[in-house]
Amino acid sequence: MAYTPHTEDEVRAMLEALGLERLEDLYAHLPPELLNPEIKLPEPLDEDRVLALVERLVSKNRPGAVFLGGGVRDHFIPAIVDALASRGEFLTAYTPYQAEASQGILQAIFEYQTMIAELTGLEVANASLYDGASALAEGVLLALRATRRMGVLVSQGVHPEYRAVLRTYLDAVGAEAREVALEHDRTPAFEVGPEVGAVVVQSPNFLGAIESYAALAEAAHAAGALLVAVVDPVSLAVLKPPGEQGADLAVGEGQPLGNPMSFGGPHFGFIAVREALLRQLPGRLVSMTEDAQGRRGFVLALSAREQHIRRAKAKSNITTNAQNAALRATIYLAALGPEGLREVAIAAAANARRLYERLLEAPGVEPLTRPPFFAEFALMLPRPPEEVRRGLAEAGFHGAYPIPEYGANAALFAASERMDEDLLDAFARAFFLAVGG
Amino acid sequence: MGFCWPEDFPLIFERSREGRRGVRPPGSLDADAEALFGKEHLRSRPPRLPEVDELTVVRHYTGLSRRQVGVDTTFYPLGSCTMKYNPRVLEAAAARFAGLHPYQDPESAQGALELMYELGEYLKALTGMDAITLQPAAGAHGELTGILVIRAYHKDRGEADLRRVVLVPDSAHGSNPATAAMAGFEVREVPSGPDGEVDLEALKRELGPHVAAIMLTNPNTLGIFERRILELSRAAHAAGAQLYYDGANLNAIMGWARPGDMGFDVVHLNLHKTFATPHGGGGPGSGPVGVKAHLAPYLPVPLVQKKGDRYVLDFDRPKSIGRMRSFFGNFGVLVKAFVYIRMLGLEGLKDAAAKSVLNARYLKELLKKRGFRVPYDGPTMHEFVAQPPEGLRAVDVAKALLDEGFHPPTIYFPLIVKEALMVEPTETESKETLEAFAEALGRIAERGLKDPEWIQGAPYTTPVRRLDEVKANRRPVLRWRPG
Amino acid sequence: MNVPKELKYRDTHEWIRVEGDLAVVGITDYAQGELGDVVYVELPEVGRKVQAGEAVAVIESVKTASDIYAPVSGEIVEVNEALGEHPEKVNEDPYGEGWLFKIRMERPEELEALLDAEGYAKLLEAEG
Repeated sequence: MAYTPHTEDEVRAMLEALGLERLEDLYAHLPPELLNPEIKLPEPLDEDRVLALVERLVSKNRPGAVFLGGGVRDHFIPAIVDALASRGEFLTAYTPYQAEASQGILQAIFEYQTMIAELTGLEVANASLYDGASALAEGVLLALRATRRMGVLVSQGVHPEYRAVLRTYLDAVGAEAREVALEHDRTPAFEVGPEVGAVVVQSPNFLGAIESYAALAEAAHAAGALLVAVVDPVSLAVLKPPGEQGADLAVGEGQPLGNPMSFGGPHFGFIAVREALLRQLPGRLVSMTEDAQGRRGFVLALSAREQHIRRAKAKSNITTNAQNAALRATIYLAALGPEGLREVAIAAAANARRLYERLLEAPGVEPLTRPPFFAEFALMLPRPPEEVRRGLAEAGFHGAYPIPEYGANAALFAASERMDEDLLDAFARAFFLAVGG
Repeated sequence: MGFCWPEDFPLIFERSREGRRGVRPPGSLDADAEALFGKEHLRSRPPRLPEVDELTVVRHYTGLSRRQVGVDTTFYPLGSCTMKYNPRVLEAAAARFAGLHPYQDPESAQGALELMYELGEYLKALTGMDAITLQPAAGAHGELTGILVIRAYHKDRGEADLRRVVLVPDSAHGSNPATAAMAGFEVREVPSGPDGEVDLEALKRELGPHVAAIMLTNPNTLGIFERRILELSRAAHAAGAQLYYDGANLNAIMGWARPGDMGFDVVHLNLHKTFATPHGGGGPGSGPVGVKAHLAPYLPVPLVQKKGDRYVLDFDRPKSIGRMRSFFGNFGVLVKAFVYIRMLGLEGLKDAAAKSVLNARYLKELLKKRGFRVPYDGPTMHEFVAQPPEGLRAVDVAKALLDEGFHPPTIYFPLIVKEALMVEPTETESKETLEAFAEALGRIAERGLKDPEWIQGAPYTTPVRRLDEVKANRRPVLRWRPG
Repeated sequence: MNVPKELKYRDTHEWIRVEGDLAVVGITDYAQGELGDVVYVELPEVGRKVQAGEAVAVIESVKTASDIYAPVSGEIVEVNEALGEHPEKVNEDPYGEGWLFKIRMERPEELEALLDAEGYAKLLEAEG
């Protein structure tokens, strides 16, 4: 049988040692009415046939250059990321509870925590969360715990799916988020009341627009609330980070750092906070320390916050997070360095700007996002975006994600450093046809 | 264990040299940040990421990997973790879907959607449930999803304010009470009986109109099958409570019995345990949640449905609890579970389950012969809980095992057993590995009893020895700082 | 086992020293030994009103976190800030520098429900 090494003789010998005759005897003590239900599954396939099956499924997808965003984009991933992150020691390890045998992953997490802290300009980051949306939810819950308040204000500029997840998590604890509508493409100034514990803003926002939130952070603090900034990790190579704008927490989606799009997952969420909020952080944390012989080493720390110790009073129930995805990001950032990441950010934004200008030349297309924006932007199309997206897909391109919440026929586009002039031109031509009808 | 020395392994930041470049990204450089973004939006100084060349990156992370163990290198009998072999073909399959964006026209992603739909059908069949979501990103995430579904169900029936309590056994994994608390419930523990099964009479006494749900795993964390589960589920339902199945231990019974048939209303699965997708050092995993028909309306959106021969994303679910995460789920992990199930088929899954039980029982007997005690020694299944001989501590035994080239079992869990060693060998281990492990434990116990100083100083052959956790917790250092 | 005679005790291993209308609270020598090296103490906010039996603080060691219960009702008027930098004082001097918080008692008669030194010593015997 697949992957079980036992020969018939070995099975017999082991059963004999247990005083049993057949494998079925191992289940003899279960209630008989539960045993051997009728389950219909396809016949087993060997490795060669199963890969052929996968190829058949793959062939039912339509490949194409990806001009879509929403926090997940088609960025260049250096070959060494996969080569290193998929090493068996990293890939098949468990959570590093036995530190002496897990210094590899523990040190890698420590390096990751440092890099996220550097990018966000905040003091402490955890070892990763599931994705940007759940990271936001955890961040807001943290802010509510720290301020002992239940009020949440969130800009409409925050990714709609993140707001949806936030609603679900807040509903569970009896809190509610009030949304502040965008004024055109950016968050207007707004009042923060004394019941508010968390103020949430995103930059670049969901429409791609770059927003400054230092003033909002001040307003939040004046009211005794915390500022949670949802940010794009690549943009932080060049843009003013949350730590320089008065944010108390930063959260976001880590996929653009070395992880494939993979139809939406697995990716990872990151969270970073000011030092004072350290003990409120959910999830795992790695600390540097020493062994008894004075060697530097790394170990999971502050575990008393976590579910396996604190149980019902844990900061979160999170156990398995997204370690291997965060490792990919760590290797990616080490491979590119500050200069390489800066080049990615600028090239992606430059391509986005070029694309924006080209697409605006199509008749009936109006801008929704106004510059400056980062790697994504929104347009108002002359016909339903679903149709435009369909037309583009048939021509071998993926773009025009419908975002009806932001306006009739509003659609989202993205660019990355991977696109050259020829590709931008080809996409623009296909787009012209798709909107022209 | 063949670790990589030297003793002093630098941080990637310590290998940094100003001006060094690694990988060059594509894209032209004829653009100016100030012109693109406006000066007021720019960082005052660049992030202090390491400046290293590509070979240094390769040597560094290769070196780190050699200071790390995985299933690929080492026997890893962690209880309730199911550290079975992660077939490499799963990785090859997942890579084929790397370039798909979740927002592309669903018509252009029919293969991906078909895979999700099919996987959902297989998981429903294996668990005996009627509807399923593949959205949760891990087991605990699935637990939260399932508990929120139950909460929505009670709310819909006007009983949300009434039913504020969730019952969990005292042997439960910590994530169960943490999840219930995150969902706004009060948690109450139910004791286990002397046979290791839930004390059914005590549980029945706790039941009433204030109980929303009971969270169980079966077999439980002692590796023991809750034989009175049908009676338990009848009692729960009679009192209006919902029954939740923590699928962490499904490996023991996969194909042989189904939680749906036992009376469970909600089931979460851990694809990174039972279905052989790799643990990754702490994820990413995937925690699909299956439910019985009466709870289907509350599942998170979107679901993948089949309409004729097309696959669609169904967002039109007015009673849904909403979203638990962005996009659709950990698709890359779903691919791996799909491939695993297609390779094994029902026969292979049942065989895997049976061999996981065979291996665990066999190993248990070997350990008993070497002086290890098993307080709950009934017909255990895929895992069992042992104690070292009197006078030895679980932590010392675990550290000594590292020197023998084995990853230790889970220690100090479940809480109801002192000096617990929770052992789950899984079905992909050979008879000789089990025997070598038992031998090693026997040697450790013998020497440890004679020479306490030796065992309390273990491990001796790992890159670092016992770390000062008190220091790490009193004065945590959570990032590197320059200078 | 160190059980100072002049103090009162709760069966959850807190000690109480009465100073006028204030109750000074800490954990016993037995408790600190059971916990192991204390790494962090989460203290209540000054000004908080607490009820007897309410969990008001948390003491963390590496592998555990223990709730600390208010032995009497009243208002938290002072907390031991020094424990922020030196949580080990709870281990080193549990009845002195390791004190946790002070409550201005609302109902001093609640003290009568607590154990005296002899009663606590008996409790330890039974537990041990």
